[in-house]
Parts: sequence; C-alpha cells; structure tokens
Amino acid sequence: MSVAATKESPAVETPFLRLAREFARSRTALAGLAVLVLIVLAALFARWVVPQDPYDLAQLDILDSMMAPGTLGGGGWTYWLGTDDQGRDMLSAIVFGLRTSLLVGVVATLIALAVGVAVGLLAAYAGDRVDGLVMRLVDIQLSFPAILIALILLALLGKGVDKVIVALAAVQWAYYARTIRGSALVERRKEYIEAAQCLALPHRRIMMRHLLPNCLPPLIVVATVQVAHAIALEATLSFLGVGVPVTQPSLGMLIASGYQYMLSGDYWISLFPGLALLVTIVAINLVGDRLRDVLNPRLNH
Amino acid sequence: MLVFILRRLAQSAVVVVAMSVLVFAGIFAIGNPIDVLISPEADEIERAAAIARLGLDRPMHEQFMRFVDGALGGDLGTSFVHGVPALGLVLQRFPATLELALCAMLVAVVLGIPLGLWAGLKPDSMAGRVIMTGSILGFSLPTFWVGMMLIMAFAVTLGWLPAGGRGETASLFGVQWSVLTADGLAHLILPAVNLALFKLSLVIRLARAGTREVALQDYVKFARAKGLAPARIVGVHILKNIMIPVVTVLGLELGSVIAFSVVTESVFAWPGMGKLLIDSILQLDRPVVIAYLLVTVLLFVVINLIVDLVYSLLDPRIRLGGGRA
Repeated sequence: MSVAATKESPAVETPFLRLAREFARSRTALAGLAVLVLIVLAALFARWVVPQDPYDLAQLDILDSMMAPGTLGGGGWTYWLGTDDQGRDMLSAIVFGLRTSLLVGVVATLIALAVGVAVGLLAAYAGDRVDGLVMRLVDIQLSFPAILIALILLALLGKGVDKVIVALAAVQWAYYARTIRGSALVERRKEYIEAAQCLALPHRRIMMRHLLPNCLPPLIVVATVQVAHAIALEATLSFLGVGVPVTQPSLGMLIASGYQYMLSGDYWISLFPGLALLVTIVAINLVGDRLRDVLNPRLNH
Repeated sequence: MLVFILRRLAQSAVVVVAMSVLVFAGIFAIGNPIDVLISPEADEIERAAAIARLGLDRPMHEQFMRFVDGALGGDLGTSFVHGVPALGLVLQRFPATLELALCAMLVAVVLGIPLGLWAGLKPDSMAGRVIMTGSILGFSLPTFWVGMMLIMAFAVTLGWLPAGGRGETASLFGVQWSVLTADGLAHLILPAVNLALFKLSLVIRLARAGTREVALQDYVKFARAKGLAPARIVGVHILKNIMIPVVTVLGLELGSVIAFSVVTESVFAWPGMGKLLIDSILQLDRPVVIAYLLVTVLLFVVINLIVDLVYSLLDPRIRLGGGRA
C-alpha cells in the first residue's frame, strides 16, 4: 500500500532517502542492521552456508557425537562449535534453527499486523460502539501476559510450526490494534480525510489509501520490536516443549536439547544457540530503536 | 466508586466464564486423553471402567455442565494422572510459586530502584550508561536461557549454589516455605534472580525516567536552595515521588511474574504451579490445566482490581472509570 503511494508522486522518494540518511547516522544501528542482514542471508541460504545439512541423517556420523568446540571431525573439517549427541554440527544446526525461528517470528508478526491493522483501523473509523467493544477486548487481552495466552492456545492446539504461528499472532494482534487506533483517531479528524469523505469516496478506499499510509510510522516501529519478541517467545515455548516439533527445531529447541547435557558440563549445545538468539534479538532491537527515533515526528522538527 | 467496582466485577466475571468455556472446549477438542491415560495393554472392560470413572463417555455439553456444577462448589475435577482433586493440587503448589515471585519482586526493587536513581541522577556518567545498557540486555535476554547459564556458571562450574529443586523447607501457617531454611534460601537465590531479571530492567527504567523528571521540579530546586543534604533530597523528596509509578507497575506485574514463573520453574525444577502446568499440558491432564488457568485468571482479575483501587487512592488525579483515549 505504501509502495503504491510512493509510485504516484515522485516527491515522496526524498523523505525515504532522508530517513535512510538519518538512520545511518547512528553507528550502532547500522551495525545492528548489518548483523541482521547477515543473519537473514545465512538463514535463507542455509544449505550453502554451512558444511552440513543437520537433518539429513546420512550426513551425520555418530562417531562424531558430543565433540567439544574446535574438534577435528571424521569428515575432515573442524566442528568449530562442537557437535550434539547425534554427531550433528552445532554451527549447521544453529543456522538451520535460525531459519525456523525467523520464519515463525516474521510470519506471526505479519499475520498479527494484518489482523491488528484491520481491526484497529475499523474501530477508529467506525467509532462509538464498535470502538468501545474492540478496545475493551484489546484491554482485556493485554491485561494477561503474552506467555500465558500463548501457553493456553498451544495447550489447545497442540504442537507444530503453524500452530505456534497462530498462537503468536493471536498474542500480538492487540498491540497493533491499539497502536494504529491511536494514530488513526488523530488522523481521522484532519482535513484530508474530511475532504475524501466529502468526495463520497468509499469507506474502504478512505481507510486503505488515505488513513492507513499516514498511520504507518509507529506501526513499523512496533512491528520491528515485536518480531524480536515473537522470536524470544517462540524460543521459550519450544523450550517448554509446547512449541515447534523435534523434526523442525528452532533455536529454542536446540537450547532445550542441550539442557540435559549442561549439568555434566557439556555447555556448548545450549550456549551457542542461545548466543545466536541473543545476537538476533539485540540486532533487531537496535534497528527498531533507531527507527523509532527516525520516524518519530516530534524529534524531527 | 461503587459503580466502578461493580462494573469491573461484572467485566471480570465475563472474562472468567469466557476463559473457562474456551479452555474446556479446546482441551476437549484436541488430543484424546483416553489414549494417554489408559495403558495400551488394558482390556476392553478395564478401558470402559476407566472411561466411565473419568466421565469421558458423556457427551461434551454434559461433561461441561458437570464441570460448571463442580466448579461453583470448588470442585474442578480429579487429576487424571495424580488421582487427586485438581484444584487442591494447584493450590498446594501455589505457595512455592508465590514465594518465588515475591522474592523475585524483592530482588527487582532492592536492586532496581538504587540503580535507576543513580542512572537518573547522572544520565551521562559512565555508570549511568552501563546501567542502561544492562537494562536493555535484561529486556533482550530470553529468561530460560539466562536461567540455564546461571545454572551453568554458579551450579556446575563454580559449584556455589544448587542447580534445582526447592531444598529444605520449614513450616509456617501450615505451609512449607524455602525462605526459612539456609538450604532452601540457597535453592531460592538462582531462580529468584532469574525471574527478577526482566522486572529489574523495568524498575531501572521506571526509576530513571521518574528521577529525571522529578529532579527538575521546583520543589526539588527549593529543597536544594534551602540547603538540605543531597542524601535527604534524594532519599525523601525524589524517592517518594518516583514510587507511585513503580508501585503501580510492580503491582500489575505481580501477575505477570507469576505467569512467567512457568519458565523459571521449568528451568530450575522448582515445584510450583507453573511446572505443574507444563507437566499437565504435556500429559494432557485436562482438569489440572483448567484448574491452573482458572486460578491464574482469578488471581489476575483480583490483582488488576486492587491495583486500580490502590492507584486511585495514591494519586487522586486518576479518575476512576474514565475512558482511556
């Protein structure tokens, strides 16, 4: 939708460039962005980045199991991050785990964004009773911690990547609904909306083409930070054993599988996936923090 | 005031009923507890007897009516796995969770307020920056992983503290508490710190933001001009005024700490109701899951109500029942 708006008037290009320049003025944010790009690329091209497909049993050598980081394996290459109990290279497992974690985090956020935006926009535009009802629902949901709601839903739905996505989306939509409602209520009273209404444009068109693009900046910030939350929450749920299935492990699952070995001092199975998770979350938060500064109109003037 | 309380109570009742219907229907719909709970070697007669005993052969609405009927009388069914009343099982685990949650809150307040004050008074100093960076990390780090790393460091490598369990407990008011024995306290430290981490970051941020705002107010300037000792200004004039948001948020967060203790309890094998919930979900022990959820929902509703009321007493500017725009 915002892309369409950009095409219509070439002058819109400049604010984007200005934002990019503004963003790049923070070194830490740039570093975060660079790390994030690397992580996403590694996750996308996992098969070509790491030495082993950790879920192709033919490639695993049981003789190489539980090797400490830096050990030379039977295959002739070094396991820089060690191996797990099945002789799986941890580095490969982490990159493949990142794939699942990112997939769940991003897809859940997008679904929640779509639902939250639709509901919040409708509430703000319709006002009165619809607004009251929707916001009461949002308030009630937000008064319960995310993890509790996710646990309940997963207890109901069972395990699986798709189910985790549904649970995370159900947890998150309320944040977006509240955010967009707040900015839509302000925008709705402005003259351009009045003008559009006087032209008797269809309500849907006013909401999607006029109201929505002007409410986007705060949403982008919330969505960025929520991806990090979603990834952390998914890891937690998987650690608890109600998240993704063993056949499609995420970082949280990898950490959980190292739990039993940790007490005997074999730290690497849990430590490195955790660090990967941490780096990912911090990188996303750095980018999100900077976006908030850049997109906040109060700071721009 | 009365209208406000009545409206809040009605709203809370709707939430509780909606949650119980949702949870009951959902748990009934997925998985088949018969397969999980009855040994595959059992013959037909044994199976039938077990199904009848657990009431699983009735139609769904009848099971639900039975459940509601019992719930109103405080009977939430019998645990499939443990064979004892589910509500009793949950309540019996409650003290352990409460103890852990309160200790975590204590850690968060005792460490968080001084750190936040410091960071707020000297925002540009090295220490201020380090504190703020630490609090960002506290928000980013996944609780369960930090817990595992704490075990790794202090239990496995250094061997200073036990890795899990509740340790020795002592009885007070007929309930077992770990705080009362040295061994129990040693067992409590790591989980409490782990659970506190997130709230600690929150308290630091609140205290810092409050301090920065309050320190610029006229009455603080006046106190300074009057020649009061800096310690008294910080300890009385500033501290008192930053406590309102901190107390409110902490009150609201007590529920969330209890919910999040699910994670910490699982990592540290702390025998609270969070661990019970996870075990019950994995074993499809329906009545226990329902009992846990109802207890937690009730707890939340009560906590939210109390915080709203206390807040209105502490700060007369808050208008009860007013719409939040």
